[in-house]
Amino acid sequence: MIALLLILVPLLSGIATFFIKKEQAARSWAMLAAVVTLAVSLLGLTVLNKANYLSFHATWLPELGSSFSVGLDGMGQLLCLLTSLAFPLVFLATWRRSYPNGHSFFGWMLLAQAGLMGVFLATDALLFYFFWELALVPMYFICSRWGGERRIPVTFKFFVYTFAGSVIMLVGLLYVYFSAGNSFAMHDFYAVRLTSKEQTFLFWMFFVAFAIKMPIFPFHTWQPDTYEQSPTAATMILSGVMVKMGLLGLLRWLLPVLPISSYAWGDVASGMAVTGIIYASLIAMRQDDMKRLIAYSSIAHIGLMCITIFSEHKTGLQGVMIQMFNHGINIIGLWIIVEIIERQFGTRKMSQLGGIAQKAPVMAIFFVIIAFANIALPLTNGFIGEFLMFNGILNSTVTKYGVLLTVLAGTGIILGAVYTLGMIRKTFYGEVNELTANARDLKWNESLALTIIVAIIIVLGIYPQPVLNLTNEITDTILKNADVLSIKK
Amino acid sequence: MKNALQLAYLIPLFPLLGFLLNGLGRKYFSKSLIGTIGSGAILASFAVSLWVFFQVKSGNTHVAHYFNFISVGDLKIPFAFQIDQLSSLFLLIITGIGFLIHLYSTAYMHDEKPEHFGRYFAYLNLFVFSMLLLVMGANFVIMFIGWEGVGLCSYLLIGFWFRKEEYNKAASKAFIMNRIGDLAFLIALFWLINKTGTVTFLEVFSAESLSKLSDRDITVITALLFVGATGKSAQIPLYTWLPDAMAGPTPVSALIHAATMVTAGIYMIARSNVLYSMAPAVMTVIAIVGLATALLAATIALKQNDIKKVLAYSTVSQLGYMFLALGTGSYVAAVFHVMTHAFFKALMFLGSGSVIHAMGGEQDIRKMGGLSKYMKITNITFLVGCLAIAGIPGLSGFFSKDEILAGAFATSPVFYAIGLFTALLTAFYMFRLYATTFRGSFRGTHEQEHHLHESPAAMTIPLIVLAVLSIVGGYVGVPEFIAAGAHSLKDFLYPVFEPSYKILQEHHVSHETEWGLTIGSTIAILAVVIYAWTRFSKKPDLAEPQGLGKVLANKWYVDEIYDAVIVKPLNKLGALLNNIVETKVIDGIVNGVGRLVNYGGRQLRWVQSGQVGLYVLLMVLSMIVIFVLQFFFRK
Repeated sequence: MIALLLILVPLLSGIATFFIKKEQAARSWAMLAAVVTLAVSLLGLTVLNKANYLSFHATWLPELGSSFSVGLDGMGQLLCLLTSLAFPLVFLATWRRSYPNGHSFFGWMLLAQAGLMGVFLATDALLFYFFWELALVPMYFICSRWGGERRIPVTFKFFVYTFAGSVIMLVGLLYVYFSAGNSFAMHDFYAVRLTSKEQTFLFWMFFVAFAIKMPIFPFHTWQPDTYEQSPTAATMILSGVMVKMGLLGLLRWLLPVLPISSYAWGDVASGMAVTGIIYASLIAMRQDDMKRLIAYSSIAHIGLMCITIFSEHKTGLQGVMIQMFNHGINIIGLWIIVEIIERQFGTRKMSQLGGIAQKAPVMAIFFVIIAFANIALPLTNGFIGEFLMFNGILNSTVTKYGVLLTVLAGTGIILGAVYTLGMIRKTFYGEVNELTANARDLKWNESLALTIIVAIIIVLGIYPQPVLNLTNEITDTILKNADVLSIKK
Repeated sequence: MKNALQLAYLIPLFPLLGFLLNGLGRKYFSKSLIGTIGSGAILASFAVSLWVFFQVKSGNTHVAHYFNFISVGDLKIPFAFQIDQLSSLFLLIITGIGFLIHLYSTAYMHDEKPEHFGRYFAYLNLFVFSMLLLVMGANFVIMFIGWEGVGLCSYLLIGFWFRKEEYNKAASKAFIMNRIGDLAFLIALFWLINKTGTVTFLEVFSAESLSKLSDRDITVITALLFVGATGKSAQIPLYTWLPDAMAGPTPVSALIHAATMVTAGIYMIARSNVLYSMAPAVMTVIAIVGLATALLAATIALKQNDIKKVLAYSTVSQLGYMFLALGTGSYVAAVFHVMTHAFFKALMFLGSGSVIHAMGGEQDIRKMGGLSKYMKITNITFLVGCLAIAGIPGLSGFFSKDEILAGAFATSPVFYAIGLFTALLTAFYMFRLYATTFRGSFRGTHEQEHHLHESPAAMTIPLIVLAVLSIVGGYVGVPEFIAAGAHSLKDFLYPVFEPSYKILQEHHVSHETEWGLTIGSTIAILAVVIYAWTRFSKKPDLAEPQGLGKVLANKWYVDEIYDAVIVKPLNKLGALLNNIVETKVIDGIVNGVGRLVNYGGRQLRWVQSGQVGLYVLLMVLSMIVIFVLQFFFRK
């Protein structure tokens, strides 16, 4: 019931939005829908947190071996909560931004939310694929219609790149489907026995699709351009929520389905990810555009989660779970401020900014807190995730390179401080210039959105246990299914 | 029955509340209210710390467990405080000296706008809060929270005047240098978790868990933790942030150098003394690094002309002494020196603030001179600080330094010789500083001379209190050879270091030798003091240094070397990756593949450029329609 509502509310309200011609009305309607979705999500976490409310099955294409099965496990609940929090936050923070043809903008946004929810909820592989594409198409429209100057080539590349990835994934899914006795059901996928040779090529088909989405080096080049050119509201969803599709893919559809090849090729994947951490961090140090800097920083953060997933360690996976949520919240916070800066000064170039803290101290405080959460300062949410993840990598029993990976990935912690503090310094500190001399501080809607984000940052930084409890069971399940040693061949 | 020490959470709670109140209310409160809240919070903590100290002294130690911070699988990290001899002593230092610095700040920062005044006190309270967490934490993770927390606060306070680009850079440098050490610290923790499954001090240091650690494990863990300590406590190679950290307001320097932050590394190693005592190789490394840092920083201090820079390098040097003590197994001496150093270094930093205040912001000692006539209290108290750090008998520094040197002698006469040489350098540059600043005749502008005045009571009272402490603070640790059984600090801390005493064999130096060493070194130090005093009173060192002096004045060019060897190459690499690898190579391949496909498509005429999106969309939409139709009409 809850699971179905999480898809239906944004889907139906999204379709309805296209028929509301006035922008302001469409905006309010979208906000209302997003808040209702959030309420549903919270209900599922609290009073209706019972097995029979959390999943839904309907017959659908039985001759194909597929059914409309959706369900919420701990990971799903967390990611759906993130999705349902992200949209109202985005709408709230960009409340004053006007879009030409605004009603369709909000319509597409809600459809994207429906697609994302579906990806996180689907327990049927075909359905998963279906939602995977459904989430992509609205984003494509939003970016190509409301983006920056170079939006057409950039979004075209984004679309083709990720679409190519998903087609490869579809082929892989079909192969598993036939091996699983013509069934798309998740439990059949988990039970299927594939030879290590089959697993190897399937691993790469799946991994490439997910790696493009996350993105993992060297499949990342669409991402900085897309983040830069998309309207910031879309960037928030892309980076905060959509990249989690790739991570969820690894956790739900790769590790448990292809345990042998995950074990065999995990080190290679981790190698790519760790290269990406250092590579992206070094490039981030050279960026002048705030959006590109944050985009590269995100590659580094996602890379760490990817390594942790392949280290298959309990604390590590728990770290990934909470960090998927944290990363979304924190990066949305950063984007909100970038959006305010861009709207005020017409630029995101740090070399043209400076001294904003003098004129807009409240904004500066929010930015500093979120930036420090982004570099995992203790007592912020980021620390919990990174601590657990690094612990998982170093103590991993499936890789021989735990210590090496920890040290290499750890340089990302240091470089992260370098470019993040650099960004604070160049934009907020120093003397004001002509451009920033009349900077204004936050409006109420922006303050409210940022206050919510900072509250989450601090609360989870001090008391993360509820989230850890939420995902405790699912991480055990993933590890059990991914455990190569217990599989009898 | 609940242990009364469960209430220890009050100690960090007050500064936390002070931080929140002043942070949120800074626009609405008056300056006097802000100052009262800020200082009052620390005073309240000090009161509780005193009570805790006497509880501990009467034999009550306690681990106060509050809630589970992180609990994943087998890994349990409680949010808990450990109240014992070591932490209760540090609590007194932190809150006691911290309070004096807060009090002093109410006058020193009075020219700031209320908003920034509030921000300043909020940061200051947060700093103390972080340091308290560091010291009270009952496990390495809570310690690490404070550990990074003080890094954050130093960042915020060094860059307090954020309009100045240079200050902001110093702030970033401090945080990043610390982060390098923090990474090593974290890796040590993961290693520890891997082998023992716990990070709680009492469990880690128990015989059961120590038996799980091989010699290699202990070496790796202690070495990594030590790297962490070199960041926080400014040792080679990560010390360069500390002298730059003077960009912050002067009371902040006092706080960083005396009561908080830099003592963290020493505290951490003293806390983990059992592990270190089991890793003799690492101990030797610590002693050598400490000694090298002490010597290096002392040589640099010889040629600095910024009053705060001299003090900053002297802190680095004195911290080196403390590491020498740790490395030679004289844990008590290290903690003892932390305490006495906190007294006289806070005193001298606050004294220098008083001077800078009177000089209207001037920090160059070449433009001072003869200040003793104008500022009596500052002069006398500063002199007390100089005498204490030089190790003149009867003052606090004498006792702690002598104990360190005696321990060094017992380990190796070479350590002792270098240590003594450094002590002579210390006496020399401190009295060069003192004589140039306070003696001789005034060399500033006429206007400055007119402006010279003694500072207000809120600034001089802390100076007087600290001066008294700098004199009497050493009598808690009178060495055995002077009076048997008079080292009450050693007796107090005995339970903390007891396990180490069992491991380390004691080097014995006879009382006659100790007398000889002490008398010899005292005579040498006195000679240097008198020489430096008379020389620089008459003829201050005003010329631009040449030759070796220039190298020293430029701090051995270490910053420049780091810049050339690490910072610049990394930036160049970043530029290379950004401008060439990313755009030309990786994206080039991606676009090449794309073009190839597109070209093929165009040949086939079923994709027209720019419309691929539409085709794909139609494909997906038709899929959706088919599925939906199937779903509803199948039955």
